[in-house]
Amino acid sequence: MSRPKLPRKSTSIDMTAMCDVAFLLLSFFILTTKFKPSEAITVTTPSSVASKVAPDKDVVLITIDKNGKAFVSMDDETIKQNIATVLNTTKHLNLDVNAFKKAEFYGTSFSQLGSFLALPKEQLKGDLLPGIPVDSTKGPNEMIEWMQLVKTAYEGKKMNLLLKGDNASKYPAFKAVVDAFKKNDLLKFQMVTNPESVPIGSELWKDNQAKGGKGASSE
Amino acid sequence: MAEMDTSSGGGHKKGPGVKKGKKLSTRVDLTPMVDLGFLLITFFIFTTTMSQPTAFKLFLPKDADKPEDQNKAKESGALTILLGKDNHVFYYEGILDNSNASSKFKSANFGNGEDGIRNVILQKKLTTPDKDFVVVIKPNEECTYKNVVDILDEMSINMVKKYALVDISEVENQLVKVTEAASASK
Repeated sequence: MSRPKLPRKSTSIDMTAMCDVAFLLLSFFILTTKFKPSEAITVTTPSSVASKVAPDKDVVLITIDKNGKAFVSMDDETIKQNIATVLNTTKHLNLDVNAFKKAEFYGTSFSQLGSFLALPKEQLKGDLLPGIPVDSTKGPNEMIEWMQLVKTAYEGKKMNLLLKGDNASKYPAFKAVVDAFKKNDLLKFQMVTNPESVPIGSELWKDNQAKGGKGASSE
Repeated sequence: MAEMDTSSGGGHKKGPGVKKGKKLSTRVDLTPMVDLGFLLITFFIFTTTMSQPTAFKLFLPKDADKPEDQNKAKESGALTILLGKDNHVFYYEGILDNSNASSKFKSANFGNGEDGIRNVILQKKLTTPDKDFVVVIKPNEECTYKNVVDILDEMSINMVKKYALVDISEVENQLVKVTEAASASK
């Protein structure tokens, strides 16, 4: 059988279109990537079935690291400024209000706060800092005072109280912080966790199925 | 497509003595560039943080100053869970006293098997009327934050409506430690 001869086609493909797409996607991913800010305090959070995303505005975050050291951080600069002024007037700490405002977190006793604010950024690592004293057997639980300050500063405003604890931290540290919340009537707080799927067959799972949800809890 | 017009576009003609340079193709092989592009894409896809941390809500009860103000749990509906070190979980139903300590005090684990704490909670929930059922969680000083969150999570997984986080009593703590020591030496 004789076939009509097909003209031989070149096997090289024009890559331009593909190149365009690749770089378009690349620029998209570059722009959307948010690198995790290198955290001064390393904390691995436990996981829970809670599906509500942690708030990121008006946050007062208490971090407990693996050694049970507690740190406080806030995101609102005016609030921080107010707290610094209050501290200066009530405790005569002579704090640098500006430095207090700029500090990302606080992790020392009130008496050491002045020198803490003067520390260079390299030394602001969770391991090197003493943390806010919370152990009431060794001295006053200063977290109570912190919470009082925060509560008065946020008076009349919405505040999201978050607690972020390390998997390995012991219960007494957690209890001390919770006690500080209780003492100030801050009875609602949220614990930062990693998302986890609801175990299949459990009560909550059945409930979600009945509601026609997608396995997300309404917590 | 990706070619540029390199011809001099009908400009002035070169003189007779000027040699014409050999015309090189402007078509560039884009394959390596595409490779690089996709490599970087994969890198950025993998480094993008997808999972946002979630928050687990907890409402604390107000501390009752007088003991008579405190809520009394019905004995029949109470399940007490004790948390010890190394992820040990213990539980008992009702009230624990010296006479029945050995038979009532049982150990469990965080798994979801037969003796997992989830199964224990579920069994108790099914056998008690809804309004009487209450879980009391007593972590001792050696358990970790993770254990506490896990057990609170267990409450929401099993949809336990009433639960309380209570300080452990000295007797119970001793019992937990004795049992832990016994199981460790086995």
